Amino acid sequence: MSEMPYDRVKLARDNKRPTGQDYIKNIFKNFIELHGDRRYADDKAVIAGIARLDGLPVTVIAIEKGHSSKERVERNFGAPHPEGYRKALRLMKQAEKFGRPIICFVDTSGAYCGIGAEERGQGQAIAENLMEMSTLCVPVISILIGEGGSGGALALAVADRVWMLENAVYSVISPEGCASILWKDSGKADIAAASLKLTAEDAKSLGVIERILSENEMGQKEYYERIRTLLGEEIQALTKDPDLLQKRYDRFRRIGMTDTEQML
Amino acid sequence: MALLNFLKPKNNLEEGGRTSAPVHSDVGEPEKNCPNCHKDIPMSRLWANQLVCSCGYHFRMKARQRISMISDKNSFRELFVSVRSCNPLGFPGYREKLETSKTASEEEEAVVCGTASIGKQQCCIFAMESTFMMGSMGSAVGEKITSLFEYATQHRLPVIGFTVSGGARMQEGLLSLMQMAKTSAAVKQHSDVGLLYIAVLTDPTTGGVTASFAMEADIILAEPSATVGFAGKRVIEQTTKQSLPKEFQSAEFVLEHGFIDKIAVRKDQRKLLAELLKMHNGGESV
Repeated sequence: MSEMPYDRVKLARDNKRPTGQDYIKNIFKNFIELHGDRRYADDKAVIAGIARLDGLPVTVIAIEKGHSSKERVERNFGAPHPEGYRKALRLMKQAEKFGRPIICFVDTSGAYCGIGAEERGQGQAIAENLMEMSTLCVPVISILIGEGGSGGALALAVADRVWMLENAVYSVISPEGCASILWKDSGKADIAAASLKLTAEDAKSLGVIERILSENEMGQKEYYERIRTLLGEEIQALTKDPDLLQKRYDRFRRIGMTDTEQML
Repeated sequence: MALLNFLKPKNNLEEGGRTSAPVHSDVGEPEKNCPNCHKDIPMSRLWANQLVCSCGYHFRMKARQRISMISDKNSFRELFVSVRSCNPLGFPGYREKLETSKTASEEEEAVVCGTASIGKQQCCIFAMESTFMMGSMGSAVGEKITSLFEYATQHRLPVIGFTVSGGARMQEGLLSLMQMAKTSAAVKQHSDVGLLYIAVLTDPTTGGVTASFAMEADIILAEPSATVGFAGKRVIEQTTKQSLPKEFQSAEFVLEHGFIDKIAVRKDQRKLLAELLKMHNGGESV
């Protein structure tokens, strides 16, 4: 585990890390990919479909960065367009209809900043996901496996449980963006990374995530088995919970600190 | 003229607007240069015209000015006044920035919330404040907006909200980001019991506010030429290496692309909001 927050950012971005499709392939069986948002296009930065988790049908949604240069270009480096978020929402609603739990793998530097993305309502697409996910009546678990870039990551992480890999990061803005806005110097990204409190430990102490997943044996059979077991146990517990929606509301409701409360 | 007296700024900082401090003409009356028609307009004429230039340019307006412009006289009751930002992450320079913003804006936070009546229709109202850290959303803004929607749900009231924001407040890191989810969940609960929410997007509405409660209203209005978008223009230019169309991310642009319902000039807003509230049975579906 690296000590400097900015080193974590670099680790989180390392293209040798397993990506969404590695988790899908190694944790689930019989994954059937389902395409398209039924409105405009199929966004290849988001992979989604139905699979079995130890026999149980679940809906799986993953932001995919890709490994090879060719694939990374094809996946738009894991930066979804509005269509990616709308595909995700369509399949989450489908999961709700058929009573399937939802598992999301989040790994993005952020929602794509482009002309088409703005023309087709990037902000609206994210907003709709935040709103609709808050009342999906099936269990939702999101795991941040690499970069958790702002609203583009949160749009798949309004969940009952949010977990982070030990070297994943979760932030409102990239350290480079923050440094360039505040200090007109993207070279001060290391200071910004430390100030933003974006590591898994920070996120846990701020009440933003429930669990930090060890990266021991990352990519090995044992690694994926461990995550599969945790997911299976958690889904079983959440499925039995009669207060699922109230607890999800409360989970986000209590996050934040104002001056009457205790300082960190 | 009592209303206009109230609207008059107490000091230069309270005026808002996209230009620098007002210039003084020979006769001594303060003027303001319009960035659209480039004419100098006497401040008295601007105030009499709700801070809109004769060319149609809408200057920025302060939160309390908007509330008094839109609501029935003396009907506004402020809520959640004591909710204020702290520096939860110990972010460098943030505490000083908060102090400067409080002085400049004469507000304690970047949003003002409460109840009011508009055309005798009781409602909850919020107006964001651009002179307070460009209306950015941290824990306090998220808490106030969430509390307002919860109050509205509890008292079965519609919500009218004026947005102006640069997005999530980066000095509160993840806590700011989570306010997007928190406010959205409160909007959803309000919506699910059949209550009306109307958003009026003003210049600029961007980032995490666009990607949460600004885009979640039943009816979304915007002021002419207001910037409405998710990503910043500079970021998009750097990402795409393309120059952007002139009207990109304007209210007219988002109207054309189907993301807002209507552009409403300032002088029509009060009547329009009152009529919409009435058409929705005071904001409650039957």
